[in-house]
Amino acid sequence: MTMNTSRRGFLKGAAAAATVLYVGAGADGALAAGSEPTQLNPFVRIDADGTVTAIIKHFETGQGPATGLTSLIAEELGVSMDDIQFEFAPSDASKYNNLFFGQFQGTGGSTAMANSFQQYRQAGAAAREMLINAAAQAWGVDPQALALEDGMISGASKSVPLADFVAAAAQMDAPAEPRLKDPSEFRVIGNASVRRKDSPPKTNGTAKYAMDIHLPNQMVAVIIRSPRLGGVVAGFDDTDAEGIKGYIRAAVLPNQAGVVVYGEHTWAAFQAREALSVDWDFSAAEARSSDQIREQLLAAVKADPEYIVNKADQSATAALVDSSDKIVEKTFYFPLLAHAPMEPLTCTIEATEDGGILLHDGCQFPTGPHMALAQIFELPMEKVRINTMFAGGSFGRRATPTADYQVEAALAFVITDRSRPVKLVWSREDDITGGYYRPAVAHRVRVGLDDAGNITGWDHRVAAQSIMKGTAFEGFSVHDGVDHSSVEGVADGPYQIPGQFVGLTDVAKATTVLWWRSVGHTHTAYVMESMMDAAAKAAGRDPVEFRLALLQGGDPDQVRTAAILKLAAEKGNWGNAPDGRNQGIAVHKSFGSYVAELVEISGNAEDGIKIEKVTCAVDCGIAVNPDVITAQMEGGIGFGLGHAMRDEITLTEGVVDQSNLPDYEPLRIGDIGAIDVHIIASAEAPTGVGEPGTPPSAPALANAIAASGPRVTHLPMAENGVEFV
Amino acid sequence: MAISLNLNGQTHEVDAEPGTPLLWVIRDELKLTGTKFGCGVASCGACTVHLDGEPVRSCQTFIEDVEGSKITTIEGVNSDVSAAVQAAWVELDVVQCGYCQSGQIMSAVGLLSENPKPSVEEIDEYMNGNACRCATYQRIRAAIQRASETLEA
Ligand code: FES
Ligand code: FES
Repeated sequence: MTMNTSRRGFLKGAAAAATVLYVGAGADGALAAGSEPTQLNPFVRIDADGTVTAIIKHFETGQGPATGLTSLIAEELGVSMDDIQFEFAPSDASKYNNLFFGQFQGTGGSTAMANSFQQYRQAGAAAREMLINAAAQAWGVDPQALALEDGMISGASKSVPLADFVAAAAQMDAPAEPRLKDPSEFRVIGNASVRRKDSPPKTNGTAKYAMDIHLPNQMVAVIIRSPRLGGVVAGFDDTDAEGIKGYIRAAVLPNQAGVVVYGEHTWAAFQAREALSVDWDFSAAEARSSDQIREQLLAAVKADPEYIVNKADQSATAALVDSSDKIVEKTFYFPLLAHAPMEPLTCTIEATEDGGILLHDGCQFPTGPHMALAQIFELPMEKVRINTMFAGGSFGRRATPTADYQVEAALAFVITDRSRPVKLVWSREDDITGGYYRPAVAHRVRVGLDDAGNITGWDHRVAAQSIMKGTAFEGFSVHDGVDHSSVEGVADGPYQIPGQFVGLTDVAKATTVLWWRSVGHTHTAYVMESMMDAAAKAAGRDPVEFRLALLQGGDPDQVRTAAILKLAAEKGNWGNAPDGRNQGIAVHKSFGSYVAELVEISGNAEDGIKIEKVTCAVDCGIAVNPDVITAQMEGGIGFGLGHAMRDEITLTEGVVDQSNLPDYEPLRIGDIGAIDVHIIASAEAPTGVGEPGTPPSAPALANAIAASGPRVTHLPMAENGVEFV
Repeated sequence: MAISLNLNGQTHEVDAEPGTPLLWVIRDELKLTGTKFGCGVASCGACTVHLDGEPVRSCQTFIEDVEGSKITTIEGVNSDVSAAVQAAWVELDVVQCGYCQSGQIMSAVGLLSENPKPSVEEIDEYMNGNACRCATYQRIRAAIQRASETLEA
């Protein structure tokens, strides 16, 4: 099993925390009296009564870390999933950083389980050893003779609840090398009957989201933002708002980006906003339309690229393709897309008694807003605290390099006398028109085939609006001018493609662009897998066999991709569609996981297509919570298909045309007949599941449509010749 | 204007302007936050409550029209049907982010109350107005069928 985390890094942290406990208040007499909680390390707290709490460093937006990281603690500590609760960690990058992000606490890139797997297991195992050692000492026996299971310490003819040794364990140093369970001993990890920890509160209405905050005396703030990106406020008139009951006042934001309207409650603020008129200065604002942006992108993929992505020779590839028996050439276009999380953006800021600031937020990237707020309020980091709450969806939207909505709330608060908490609320219209979209992207691919139907060359040009350039995350993703997030999944995919050239051109951003569930893979998987299908057909070969032939090199990526493709084909009965149905298949690796999907449709593009069934096979390493993985595949597939079917954000002279769900129609329950997910057994380290279900879904649908209909290369499908029933 | 609301079996006197959506009275005045705001235009179903037992979108139901009606929110559901639905939701782990789910459950309870054994087509049609951005639809469908089975047993 390969492991990605540094054991040493964690143990130092655990030891330090235990030392703090040893000398600190938590481990003194108060603890023995049973009134103080004992935090054995940053990830586990055990109360004197034996209540075990996992401290979750990732935010929960449905993707499952509250259950997943809790499972790791339960497994190694030796308690049942029913006897452990969870809470979200405070914002503290020194303890709760994402091990893949450096000194930065945050959730993204489907890394929550991958970066936490060893860390949380070690935390649970360390706590177990401390409790067992405490019992061994008290009973005068060898710790080896004792075990901790289901919350009971047993051995030496005794069996007592772990609660009895919490106080003594809190006095101990964390073990240097706690023994982790062998996978053969797992009872929680890999157990498909483990239920989500957050199901009950999310089923009876008690789960609290940031939208549910009601602090005493709070004001609700809504913002009138420039209808065009980059416009600034020239002035406003609130005469008509003055009579509205609950309207407090309005003010220009310190950065001139909008007018903030304060109300006693949400409806008052919404109504007052309608009654306000604002004059805008659009001299520096975006004035392009999305048609122009599309033409720009489509022109860019016809010209020589700005950057060479894969160190290949452009003219050599062109020569290979040009001299081929057959050439398959296609140009693709992907529109801007909104994330539209179900809970519109919101957060609340209040002043604390110690002169600090408290932010209540479904916070995806705590370190970002933490630093931004410290700066805005001119406070040391320790005077800013974040209360992380359940988040009602994100799909990338709650993590912006600028901490956009938290900064808005801070600006709306900083200009008040700070006596009243300020709750910033976005409406759905704010959300759909508010910028931060999946960038618009074009691809042009020319594939050469020889007379035996083998690929001779693959000339691939991408033109995109770079997500990372000009942001604080540039260093992560941009190398030699190439923003990897624009091209991930093309040259670095598992296929052995002869004569492949990949080029990239950056086209100026029309609006703020942002990662969107699976980032670059949203379009690269569509292009790669559509081209594989089209090339296989042109070669007269079966699309599965055609792909497998490019996966014979023996490296693990190819072996795992081939296995997952075969599994999806087998489970989905590839090649044997019932009468009146068509099938399409696609496979893609993203965020370390391999996913293949087979889509079966009925109907046709003209009269209407119905997605009858999606069969999915996934290899994400060790499947920690199989049912959560299945759910993430189901959700990722729905997210990918819904947008490919009918969603786009368009601009007319810099103004967004869509405004709410009726013109940005979400996937509905009847759109997909059934989804059948198969998880491959694996002993590899766990990899992502939040995003990898999305990339193969849309190309599998496109390939199913192309089986007896048009090849859709421009999205959304509904605007490009495909009807859905 | 002063309005007397019958909500979850209790009478509440509230002061709200005519035209105020019931949603905001429930959430901001009465501070029952299980009922969610998702779109404000009757397009997502997150705000679904029962009015005399029938699911309605509270974001497009106005306060002056509900006086005298019995309003039930997710916090107040309490019937064999709602118990079966909520149990099935937990058993099948329907939820992801969970934000839409109060509304889904209120609609599902409405469906099973009027049609105890719905077909897949009937489920899809009835639940069409409840959007789930996390796309938990397969499990919503399965949980409604599961609840229907337990109610029959
Ligand atoms: S908030 Fe009422 S239907 Fe969306
Ligand atoms: S569970 Fe997230 S919107 Fe339905």
